[in-house]
Amino acid sequence: MQLYLPIADLPVNVFLVLAMGAAVGFVSGMFGIGGGFLMTPLLIFIGITPAVAVASVTSHIAASSFSGALSYWRRRAIDPALASVLLCGGVTGTALGVWTFTQLRALGQLDLMIALSYVVLLTTVGSLMFSEGLRALMRTRRGALPPRRTHNWIHGLPLKMRFKRSKIYLSVIPVVIVGIMIGFIGAIMGIGGGFILVPIMIYLLRVPTSTVIGTSMVLTLVTMLFATMLHAVTNHLVDAVLALILMVGGVTGAQFGVRAGQKIRGEQLRLLLGLLILSVGMRFAIELGIQPADLFTIRELGAS
Amino acid sequence: MMRAALALLLVVLLGSAARADRLIVSVSNHRVTVTPNYSGEELVLFGSVEKDTTTPADRTAYDLVVTVMGPRADMVTRRKERTFGIWINTDYRQFLQVPSYLALFANRPFDAITSPEIARRQQVGLNNVLLTQRVGGDYADVVPNDAFRSAFIRLRTQRGLYREDPSAVTFLTPTLFRTGIPLPAEVPIGTYEVEIKLFANGAFIGKTETAFEIVKVGFEQFVATTARQNGLIYGLVTAAMALMTGWMASIVFRKD
Repeated sequence: MQLYLPIADLPVNVFLVLAMGAAVGFVSGMFGIGGGFLMTPLLIFIGITPAVAVASVTSHIAASSFSGALSYWRRRAIDPALASVLLCGGVTGTALGVWTFTQLRALGQLDLMIALSYVVLLTTVGSLMFSEGLRALMRTRRGALPPRRTHNWIHGLPLKMRFKRSKIYLSVIPVVIVGIMIGFIGAIMGIGGGFILVPIMIYLLRVPTSTVIGTSMVLTLVTMLFATMLHAVTNHLVDAVLALILMVGGVTGAQFGVRAGQKIRGEQLRLLLGLLILSVGMRFAIELGIQPADLFTIRELGAS
Repeated sequence: MMRAALALLLVVLLGSAARADRLIVSVSNHRVTVTPNYSGEELVLFGSVEKDTTTPADRTAYDLVVTVMGPRADMVTRRKERTFGIWINTDYRQFLQVPSYLALFANRPFDAITSPEIARRQQVGLNNVLLTQRVGGDYADVVPNDAFRSAFIRLRTQRGLYREDPSAVTFLTPTLFRTGIPLPAEVPIGTYEVEIKLFANGAFIGKTETAFEIVKVGFEQFVATTARQNGLIYGLVTAAMALMTGWMASIVFRKD
């Protein structure tokens, strides 16, 4: 069944988009991530311009992270204090990101920047996660205990604050910086950033695993809602029809993903996720390196 | 009163008939609507050439060139070059107020219809259509084999938005003709001008114009205009929709 997308200005097959939403939703439910880093490339692949894809995926991630955040809230697995400090940074970062997005679009380098950031970010995070998962897997194979966590330099910074539900005592500076970073890259790349945020919070900020996913989902939710708003107001690129189809597919797929994820052990899950992220990054890298089929591209500067 | 009106009508009719070889055309649909399941359409243009007393008796064969032009817009063509091992956009040209849709149809090859000189003046064929570029501070059209110009036409042609077909116009009788105007799925919205140019023995005789419009209707139209004109409300509604979907999902799939 063909449906005409009003903003992307092209007809798509509804079932194809639904299936894409469900597949990405499955993966996101399985790994507890937003799945934007898979959704945006897929949309670009079916012919939607990177700009519209990035802007529309933000609202899709908002929907899936809201349903996730609700269930974590019921389980009291969200730290409100930590979430609000992260949000201060997140909102600033998102505004900066959307502004940069608009500037790059005017310069004609948006597509390149999206591709480059995907390559850099995904290959780095992917290989880190993959090697970490591999090491953890070897450790459990050998029956060794995981290394004891010690405090690092981050815990020596001033402006400390007590986060009750997470039971940590931490400076707000790194938390705000992390928020800014995630908000910024999220707005430019059309990703929620959960797959970067969760490792950072666990390894760098030492947030306990009980609250980390729920809290990161709150940040994802608010930054993505904010990004949707800003993309809608400044660039008029959010395709609500596309977003709705993606949302419906995504939230359904996520439910099955969660169940599948519970059957797999943590280290294996991280290994798989690392591999997935790495392969998406590699795909972008290869695309940048080989000669494109067409050296020329056209962009309309808006009808008169 | 009545007599005066009739007399006036007669004068008008005679006056117009005094001009040689009138063209009378009509398109099958003056208003194409883009609905949710729109996936391209074909319009039909009908017309006839009316001879009159001033037409030379030996003039029998006519040639027609139909030009369909969609709403105009500024466009940028960019060229990728290999820099530091990766392919990035380096050079670009801006095309000013060029048609977003352009189709040229004729009843036989363009170069057989008329001389290159007249073809250029009357913009017959994609190579002769005026596509103004901004080159530095100047505004000019360049030679047809310019890299950016030919890439621009090639890319638009690939998307079905630019086309030329020298066999699309068919004469049903020596003076009655028809041609199809194919509109692709991703057709630009707006007013389309249709120019019909008449040639005989290589000479340009006259032209007539008609138009049709392509509009989004119903929901598409509503969404597209709201997004453009009320970005804030549109964003709020989209955000609310996201929240609703997420909330409903957490209710529907709630396990505990």
